Amino acid sequence: MSTAPPHSEPLLEIVDLVSEFTTDHGPLKAVDGVSLTVTRGGTLGIVGESGCGKSVLAMSIMGLLPDPPGRIRRGVIRFDGQDLRKLEPVELRRMRGNRIAMIFQEPMSSLNPVYTVGQQITEAMRLHQRLSAQQARKKAIELLQRVGIPAAETRIDAYPYELSGGMRQRVMIAMAISCEPDLLIADEPTTALDVTIQAQILQLLANLQEERGMSIIMITHDLGVIAEFVDEVLVMYAGKAVERSKTVDLFETPQHPYTRGLLASVPRDVRRTSAGRVRLPTIEGVVPDLRDLKEGCRFRDRCPDAMARCAESEPPFEEITPGRWAACYYPGQPDPNQARPAAGAGE
Amino acid sequence: MSTPLLSVRDLSTHFPVRKGLFGRGTQVVRAVDGITFELPHGETLGLVGESGCGKSTLGRTVLRLLSPTSGHIEFEGTDITHMPQADLRPLRRRMQIVFQDPFGSLNPRMTVRAAIGEAMRIHRLASGPEDERKRVAALMERVGLRPDTMERYPHEFSGGQRQRIGIARALAVEPKLIVADEPVSALDVSIQAQIVNLLMDLQDDLGIGFLFIAHDLKVVEHVSHRVAVMYLGRIVELASSEALVGDPKHPYTRALLAAVPEARPRAKREKRRLLTGDVPSPIAPPPGCPFHPRCPIAEPDRCAREVPRLRALADGRQVACHLADEGHASDA
Repeated sequence: MSTAPPHSEPLLEIVDLVSEFTTDHGPLKAVDGVSLTVTRGGTLGIVGESGCGKSVLAMSIMGLLPDPPGRIRRGVIRFDGQDLRKLEPVELRRMRGNRIAMIFQEPMSSLNPVYTVGQQITEAMRLHQRLSAQQARKKAIELLQRVGIPAAETRIDAYPYELSGGMRQRVMIAMAISCEPDLLIADEPTTALDVTIQAQILQLLANLQEERGMSIIMITHDLGVIAEFVDEVLVMYAGKAVERSKTVDLFETPQHPYTRGLLASVPRDVRRTSAGRVRLPTIEGVVPDLRDLKEGCRFRDRCPDAMARCAESEPPFEEITPGRWAACYYPGQPDPNQARPAAGAGE
Repeated sequence: MSTPLLSVRDLSTHFPVRKGLFGRGTQVVRAVDGITFELPHGETLGLVGESGCGKSTLGRTVLRLLSPTSGHIEFEGTDITHMPQADLRPLRRRMQIVFQDPFGSLNPRMTVRAAIGEAMRIHRLASGPEDERKRVAALMERVGLRPDTMERYPHEFSGGQRQRIGIARALAVEPKLIVADEPVSALDVSIQAQIVNLLMDLQDDLGIGFLFIAHDLKVVEHVSHRVAVMYLGRIVELASSEALVGDPKHPYTRALLAAVPEARPRAKREKRRLLTGDVPSPIAPPPGCPFHPRCPIAEPDRCAREVPRLRALADGRQVACHLADEGHASDA
């Protein structure tokens, strides 16, 4: 949440990344030509629905794509000036956990049930920072206190099942920040938690970021989390980046019709008529099958403003005004006065 | 006054749990602890609260899927609190449940046609296989599924479509009450909106009453006429959704609402007053007001000793707090 100098070199730069899975029905591009940057100390939100490729993107950055069936087909992942794809496995391992760390949605399945919390936190520190067992334990207690775990001196010897969901997620965060990473990738870190605990965890991440100047990639489907937590947003749809802009701009003047649909479908401040409740605007239809894509824009079958051109070729992801990017031939608010040819796409 | 669809009085559901390694001595989890409310025909009552507050247990208890420990449940005027299961069966037709996980609640080896038709067969609602097929087709159409997909298996459908199957299945027996337990939590936002609209349409067309259980306050506010907020097995506030969200009276309701991230970036960055700590164990709830250890306005003596009763305020809402709107309060 801290503001980085505007023209500093980005900490992370991804150019035209393609991550692919082999399936029985041929290759499936889960991430299809995504480019993004994360500034030093900045927060980038990645938002999209299931299957849009946001988690595969995160795994690709971490070098954790299961290979086979997954692999990075092409693209550059430049972290602090180094192309991560060109690193030897041993170098990448040194980077991971140490300079880039990740927290996942399910703290229960990413903690090892047969080791105590303390053993798991100190493992990474001892590996990357060569601390003695005692030093590491002392530091682990400090970290647990830092992430707001009461009675850290005793909880350090607890097993994951002895902790609540919120506590486990705090332990995951303690582990992730134990080596003071420059970049923290948080993949739906609060989705499994109650709103009250979610608010605590987001506050904690914001405080840690301010203290340590770390960059964060926040992956979520929750537009509320995006609005409250991140500076800049990348919207993904069916493996593609469809919009990127400052958070405020995205919410005020969404450029891509998918973003507009997503924002409209969130229930908020509904003006109730005397007759009762109001229907929510929806995005009709479903996400296309990535193994069976047609020519043209991937969103066009669900797009209320699709036109003939949208079926002909895929709109490129372009900078439409400074700092705002969108993959749409007709970005911006739909203009009802503008005469439009009948939609040639869709149903 | 007409008979409400569902009337619940002082309902409690307690579970015994073993204590210690060898199970000597038992303790009691007070999952639902003295709950009273009414649900009129064709209305939606939302139930919200953090995990472990007892909202799902309450939903299952009113359907008699769990046995109540004490209290009364009346369904359309009939006391079903201790009704034997055999007598309950004809009533089951009129009360259904829709679950959160549309995949886990559908048998993977049953085609959609068999799954939707099952309850019809149990209750002998179809006059024969052809009639059943027709009814299944009509139901599928009603919930927005293509009837020509009825011979397919659940895994061939997306999450949103599976939830539609679950709803069609509940509708097959023409219920008057549906308990919807986190029906949209597992779905993407755009699909959530589709299902929420479907449930509201069904209510308008068929006059179904819903007990809508969810942890997403925004969704609950949207679909519910009234909302009950639960904490540690009790209702702490019950009001129309406008009143609850626009002017919450219980400090827990306020904290819950404050914690919801607003999908509006301008509203950010002001420090929110956040609840600290986790929900206490329902095995040993705090004395006095169960919320007092986390409450920002608790008074040390009264709130720690005296359990606040759910009482009606002047505007008709109910709240269980010693300090909510003192002066205007009248005992319920």
